[in-house]
Amino acid sequence: MSEHAILLTALAILLLPLLSYAVLFFFGKKLPRQGDWLGVSLLGVTWLLAVRIFAHFWAVGDPGLRIEGGVRWLDLGRFTADAGILVDGMTAIMLVVVTTVSLLVHLFSVGYMHGDRRYERFFAFLGFFTFSMLGIVLSNSLLFLYVFWELVGLASYLLIGFYFDKPSAAAANKKAFLTNRVGDFGFFTGILIFFTAYGTFNYFELFAAAHLSPLSGGLLTLAGVGLFMGCVGKSAQAPLHIWLPDAMEGPTPVSALIHAATMVAAGVYMVARLLPLFDPGSLLVVAYVGAITAFLGATIAVVKTDIKKSLAYSTISQLGYMVMAMGVGAASAGMFHLWTHAFFPALLFLGSGSVIHAVHTQEMPLMGGLRHKMPITFWTFLIATLAISGVPFFSGFYSKDAILAGALAFGMTKSHYVPFLLALIAAGLTAFYMFRMVFLTFMGKPRDEERHHHAHESPWTMTVPLVTLAVLAVVSSGWRGPSEGWFSRFVAPYDMERIVEQASGAAHAGEVHAVPAAAHGESVLPQEPHGEPAHAAATHEAPAHGEAPAHGEASAHGDAHDTHVRHTAHITAMILSILVAGLGILVSWLTYIRGRISAPSVLARLPRVHHVLQNMYFFDEFYAATIYRFTLWFSWLNGAFDRVVIDGIVNGMGYLTRSLSWFAGLADRYVVDGLVNGVGVVVQGAGEGFRRVQTGRVQSYLAYVCFSVLLLVFVFRAL
Amino acid sequence: MTVGLEHYLTVSALLFGLGLYAVLTRRNAVALLMGVELILNAANLNFVAFARYVDGGVDGHIVAAFVIVLAAAEAAVALAIVLAMFRNFGTVNVDTVNRLKR
Repeated sequence: MSEHAILLTALAILLLPLLSYAVLFFFGKKLPRQGDWLGVSLLGVTWLLAVRIFAHFWAVGDPGLRIEGGVRWLDLGRFTADAGILVDGMTAIMLVVVTTVSLLVHLFSVGYMHGDRRYERFFAFLGFFTFSMLGIVLSNSLLFLYVFWELVGLASYLLIGFYFDKPSAAAANKKAFLTNRVGDFGFFTGILIFFTAYGTFNYFELFAAAHLSPLSGGLLTLAGVGLFMGCVGKSAQAPLHIWLPDAMEGPTPVSALIHAATMVAAGVYMVARLLPLFDPGSLLVVAYVGAITAFLGATIAVVKTDIKKSLAYSTISQLGYMVMAMGVGAASAGMFHLWTHAFFPALLFLGSGSVIHAVHTQEMPLMGGLRHKMPITFWTFLIATLAISGVPFFSGFYSKDAILAGALAFGMTKSHYVPFLLALIAAGLTAFYMFRMVFLTFMGKPRDEERHHHAHESPWTMTVPLVTLAVLAVVSSGWRGPSEGWFSRFVAPYDMERIVEQASGAAHAGEVHAVPAAAHGESVLPQEPHGEPAHAAATHEAPAHGEAPAHGEASAHGDAHDTHVRHTAHITAMILSILVAGLGILVSWLTYIRGRISAPSVLARLPRVHHVLQNMYFFDEFYAATIYRFTLWFSWLNGAFDRVVIDGIVNGMGYLTRSLSWFAGLADRYVVDGLVNGVGVVVQGAGEGFRRVQTGRVQSYLAYVCFSVLLLVFVFRAL
Repeated sequence: MTVGLEHYLTVSALLFGLGLYAVLTRRNAVALLMGVELILNAANLNFVAFARYVDGGVDGHIVAAFVIVLAAAEAAVALAIVLAMFRNFGTVNVDTVNRLKR
């Protein structure tokens, strides 16, 4: 494929779901079957195109190959912004993840949402979400990353609140939106710091600039933490994870697509994509936040009885793993976990949806023994459970193992062992609660005969995605770790020297970006050819085990010692992870199948712990007591200010105006009216006076005449 | 003592003053008319006196004759009005007859 063809394909991938959205939104009701076939088939085409790009990058096998194209979007004097598409290995991975899960969820929804009042609207929103998510993946600048970032937030809001007439759903989508705003505030701050410092939004121009002249002082750390806040919000990291469990109010396919596989992974993708912009300080924050999230999520998932809530906390925990991987310098491992994780939690959610569809409840204590009623759902669910628990030869094992190895290596080189320990405990807990879920739902005797009696296997539109995802959950990793298996063809640590060289080369060649393309009015133009497979083949062989710290810190002296550390870490981590996973499964088995350990009595021994876990570490209560209360208090304060000061000013102005009017009225009444009346009074008085002269008596007139004549005589004599 | 113009004028002025006094003060319409006659006569006396002592012509006499005729006509008309007034109002007091209709 030529670069031009790849860019056009990428553009088509981006726009097809948008087309699906537009058509279904406006004409969905009029189409036969409310247009579900349109949404599914457009997504099918999108998926094929994504696979085509994936195949191309597989064939080239150079993780550093990247293809960019774009147009000048804004030209406001010294400020310019380009709208561009970036396709590289990581993009290809993400394209396949997003379109595959989206396609399967579309297909699943045909069965699951059947008969819903707003069936076509649901497919329209799915299309809209897919478009936004692909926008995040394909964008080549922070600006458009942010735009699409907000669009997925909107799509998530719309889909969580799909049953908006349910008060809990309306509250949940509001919570998700507002919580994400907190993270996005930091994200935007980070973007603005980088733009102010380097004057560009383009990823690779920023990388080169940041590499050549790093920001001084704590500004770089601050900007990195700012960017990371976006990830904390979107990927549900502690302490902003509180929206994700509530987001399960949305229809189950939405939970699978948005809140397990794709959107929540956007934060991880963002950190992986922008890794060169993070300095060691901010990466340490990333590592700790991720590890704490992994631990918190796993511990809460242990005590939850609602199957979807439990899965939600499991997702939070897994996302914590990925984020921690970014922080400890195992970015490829994190991306690898994102890739494998996309399939099994989607499978778990869809499987739980299938179960919920059958028994009409989300409470695991009301299920049990569904294994025979729903064999396909059971087996696929079990496979996903094995994968997420990290059982060898299932995909989750390879990715989780790589992350743990990265964390251990980080601990050994930096003496920060806490992330590794938390992640290890979380891994054991994951195995425990996932098997608890399987045992409670599918094994044992049915605890609610009525529900069990009515349960039935789901239709093929629901089981086909389940089976497909189950296959992917096993094979998606291949049978080697991220840095030596096929995955290294797509994702490898950024080669900073190459990026800098390319950036300066492009600058020397004339225009940096797609400016000539925009000037000539062409929409898409390939540029910066830099795919040299031969040259690249050498690079991805280099890291033997674990990960090279991607932030280029230890890259220069990546000597024998480091290699040795990574090798040791890898072996140790693998053994430990198998051990804790086996332990988790064993304990779960003893508890829920053999009954050797009684869960209620254990909980009774640890009432405090149970209380804290059952209440999810009181995060909601904490926010209610602090932020909500502060907000309410602040609103009250503002209200009072409004009431007292603003209203005071307004009322004062009113009072002043009234007083002035009163004075003006006074002047009017006494001065103006006085003048007018005075004229009247004078005229009247004069009339009164002169009326006396007009006696009507001729004799007095005569007397006046005589007097006047005499007067005139004297006057004239005097003259 | 020779009789000069001054004596005539003095008598004429006295006559005029008396006539004017009657016209201004009397309420009786007939008395009023009598006052008017006095004034006219005073004027006549002046005309004749000036004609005798200053002019030397007959102009003053002629004017005096006209004035007498005029006075007669005036008296006739005025007395008719007074008569009509009395018939309408029952009085000849000019103060009480101060409107054109009853």
